[in-house]
Amino acid sequence: MTVAAGVRALARIVARDDGRGGTSLPVLEGDGPLALRRTRGSGAEARVVLVGAMSGPLGGDHFTVEADVEAGARLRVGSAAATIALPGQSKSEARYDVRLTVADGGELHWLPEQLISARGSDLYVTTRVDVGAAGRLVLREEQVLGRVGEEPGRLSSRIRVGVAGRVVLDQELACGPGAPGGWDGPAGLGGHRAVGQLVVVRPEFAEAPVAARVLGENAAVVPLAGPAALVSAVAADALRLRRQLDEALAALESLD
Amino acid sequence: MSRAALLVLADGRFPAGGHAHSGGAEQAVKAGRITGAASLEDFCRGRLHTTGLVAASLAAAAALGVDAVALDEAADARTPSPALRVAARKLGRQLMRAARATWPSAELDDLARRFPKGAHQPVVLGVAARAAGLGAVDAAHCAAYESVSGPASATVRLLSLDPFEATAVLARLAPESDRVADRAVEAARRVVDGGIDELPAGSAPLLEIGAEVHAAWAVRLFAS
Repeated sequence: MTVAAGVRALARIVARDDGRGGTSLPVLEGDGPLALRRTRGSGAEARVVLVGAMSGPLGGDHFTVEADVEAGARLRVGSAAATIALPGQSKSEARYDVRLTVADGGELHWLPEQLISARGSDLYVTTRVDVGAAGRLVLREEQVLGRVGEEPGRLSSRIRVGVAGRVVLDQELACGPGAPGGWDGPAGLGGHRAVGQLVVVRPEFAEAPVAARVLGENAAVVPLAGPAALVSAVAADALRLRRQLDEALAALESLD
Repeated sequence: MSRAALLVLADGRFPAGGHAHSGGAEQAVKAGRITGAASLEDFCRGRLHTTGLVAASLAAAAALGVDAVALDEAADARTPSPALRVAARKLGRQLMRAARATWPSAELDDLARRFPKGAHQPVVLGVAARAAGLGAVDAAHCAAYESVSGPASATVRLLSLDPFEATAVLARLAPESDRVADRAVEAARRVVDGGIDELPAGSAPLLEIGAEVHAAWAVRLFAS
């Protein structure tokens, strides 16, 4: 029997200050299921949409998305639709790696749609962000366990955010069948099916960190140990989660 | 090593202030997520495999002599809730006081000088284990067990849960606690060669959010 090797795909974006008050994209390339489209930006900001040209990732697939925002450049990345982790013919785990760098004076808004873990899937997601001392970041991560009424697959995700060489956030979340016990219990998700985070990095937070506050029983805004803030939320479903994160982001942006 | 030294360090009566903290149980009880022995067990199991594993790995790495400042920074990155960072440092300072009096050591003195407001408790625990002549395995077991024993004894007070039931919960979790300690020691050994990113980073969303909810209360029985 031959085991189908998974799909390996890489998408890369480089955002550069074009010297005329805008941002150019000297590198904008994606292969296989990862396609990138530049859309109309606003002001100095370039906008890119990640378009899933195939479904996936499936078991055995390995996707990598890289974005480098250079000094003075401003980039906003979204996705056209939610990403759905599905079981594949290969029994092995799928991987999705996101590697982001933001140089001093660069700004990145990384706002993809949800990641949905479908029944029988097995995905390990890693997100690694390195932000320069004077860089700015808004990053959203949302995970939905199962499509409507469906049991989730196995989903593990690790996020690591460094600012000026110091790691300010390093967290791993494991959910679904085969995850260590208690993941859905009263310390973990407590039956919620959507979980998300917003990471906001700003140099101003070094002097004036956000004040910790709760947004109801299921979400909180906290200052991290560094010039960064984190919003964590759990919700019954993707829609409620998005509403909570949007409200938290609007509140953080009103501080500007 | 002395096996009795491990019993001294792990004893709930060791004067390190742990009894004032519920490990998130107080908020979970109020929110109706812990209502009895079964949900306490599920709560403790979730805590054990996430923050318990992280604490045990930090303690084991500190016991192996990994740089405590780097470990403390790694603990900060793995503790997004400022309420929990404050609690961990407070507990670290209290443990430091007790450990220096119990097992005087230059390493403990040095750590106390570097962190006058307290280092994260698991880091102090690991260095205290070294001072007591204990090893990484002992430190990991101590931290893993503490991650569940605190919420269990707090729940006895919060819910008037039968202490026998709470102890039975801890006994049922013992095999998993052993496995977490083993994984923690493996991770700590990888840290020695591969660097601090090898530390596990397991997180429990409702523990993090609940800690901030709890910190905002005007009146509480436990400090965290």
